[in-house]
Amino acid sequence: MSRKDYLSVLLSLLVKVSACITFSVLFFIVGFIFYKGIPHISADLFAWEYNSDNVSLTPALINTLLMVFLALMLSVPVGVSAAVYLTEYAKKRSRLVEIIRITTETLSGIPSIVYGLFGFLFFVTVLKWGISLISGVFTVSIMVLPLIMRTTEEALKAVPELYREGSYGLGAGKFRTVFSIIIPAAFPGILSGIILAVGRIVGETAALIYTSGTVAEIPSGKDFLFDSARTLSLHMYTLSSEGLYTNQAYATAAVLLVIVLLINRLSEKLAKRIMKGNGK
Amino acid sequence: MKKYKEKIFETVFLLAACISIICVMLICFFLFINGLPAIGKIGLKEFFTGTQWKPGDTPPLFGIFPMILGSILVTAGAVSIGAPVGVFAAVFLAKFCPEKILKWLKPAVDLLAGIPSVVYGFFGIVTIVPAVRNVFGGNGYSILTASILLGIMILPTVISVCTEAIKAVPESYYHGSLALGASHERSIFFAVLPAAKSGILASVILGTGRAVGETMAVIMVSGNQPRMPQGIVKGIRTLTANIVIEMGYAADLHREALFASGVVLFMFILVINLLFLLLKRRAGL
Repeated sequence: MSRKDYLSVLLSLLVKVSACITFSVLFFIVGFIFYKGIPHISADLFAWEYNSDNVSLTPALINTLLMVFLALMLSVPVGVSAAVYLTEYAKKRSRLVEIIRITTETLSGIPSIVYGLFGFLFFVTVLKWGISLISGVFTVSIMVLPLIMRTTEEALKAVPELYREGSYGLGAGKFRTVFSIIIPAAFPGILSGIILAVGRIVGETAALIYTSGTVAEIPSGKDFLFDSARTLSLHMYTLSSEGLYTNQAYATAAVLLVIVLLINRLSEKLAKRIMKGNGK
Repeated sequence: MKKYKEKIFETVFLLAACISIICVMLICFFLFINGLPAIGKIGLKEFFTGTQWKPGDTPPLFGIFPMILGSILVTAGAVSIGAPVGVFAAVFLAKFCPEKILKWLKPAVDLLAGIPSVVYGFFGIVTIVPAVRNVFGGNGYSILTASILLGIMILPTVISVCTEAIKAVPESYYHGSLALGASHERSIFFAVLPAAKSGILASVILGTGRAVGETMAVIMVSGNQPRMPQGIVKGIRTLTANIVIEMGYAADLHREALFASGVVLFMFILVINLLFLLLKRRAGL
């Protein structure tokens, strides 16, 4: 061990203090929301219908599930296929691949409010879908597309070359190899990316406020896709901006946080499984 | 027959891959076509350097300079809080942290990234706003409040990119420096970190992008007065907040002016992204 001088001590202190700040802020946020929120979680909050007395979060919760499900139906097939093309089919360094990469990176850097504006201009206004569930679904699908593409690509790249060679050796064609060998092997990785996307959709507000709107009802009937539907995060935003339901806002925040915690835990578990699967 | 099938699937995959190109083109096209005419109608100079945003007046005034300043100030505040803390915390994760604790801290960083911005905003309203009010006076909804909150929110972005950058530096740099008699800290800060320079800068730039684009949390704590900045503990409105707050009832030129401010925001982000990509390439991440 070398002799400690003042600068080293100072730097070491700065590093440790910064780490301390970061993690205590996290624990403070989570702890604070749970401490204030959990006592206010009541049966009223889970009533089937929303009204201004019970401020129920159930419709928003169901809308969130609906939104997540529909958005994944769009973005997962597209994102996974795109990643398959990039890793399995495309010639490396072709101009097209380069453009696809640049646009994907651009998409992942665009802030959600810009997606919201675009969704409002294109899906709501030009396609005349109105402020509706489906406009919201399309908007967030584009938003999570780069995330799914990137995680899937990484998962596909992690599949050993031997699997491909073995499959070709047995006479399988390319797409057969992709579907029966490569995608199953990369599945946990793909799934962990999908779960991250779920987290992103659950937490989204700015992209949805002018696309799926803020009506606190579960869309129903045969045109349910064209009804406005507020998700849980939007519900949380309306509660806290109205300023009338502080206790319910705490409780809603706690519920939202529980969902996020579960999602994170799940994705992390899956990610660990692929690490093990690769013998790392 | 089989060859046919192969070809069809390859085409399907190729089309899927091209969707991101189509999306970017659509986004650019619709934003520009709806936003740019407004800038023409209002006048380039009035729009960018006008200090008054009064869409309700006759004639209406659409100067977004206060909002541009608002975005810049809040972002600068957030980065000056978030970047140093984030970089030092990344050094901790990459070089100081024992393996056993790291297992717990990594998911913690991911969680920090996963908390929805409305929850951050709400947390800001109930904790940071009263704290700023008590310490500095005013009503607590201010540039400072927004900077602190955004500083926290960009931490996970800065930390994760920065940790990767530090880890990408070959171990031999560190060992070489140790062998020359430098301490653990000096070796990290004067041999490893300079080598990770581009990556660290990239992490800060990505954090800047996040701060510029953040909307909901900022709306909830920054006061949202569309005026020139009056001081660090006074309220301000950012470009992002302006769009969300007024979009609900804006019509005609007012609405187009909001799209135009969306275009300005988009340009900011494109420049920041470009910088980030260049630095990332250079860092070899």
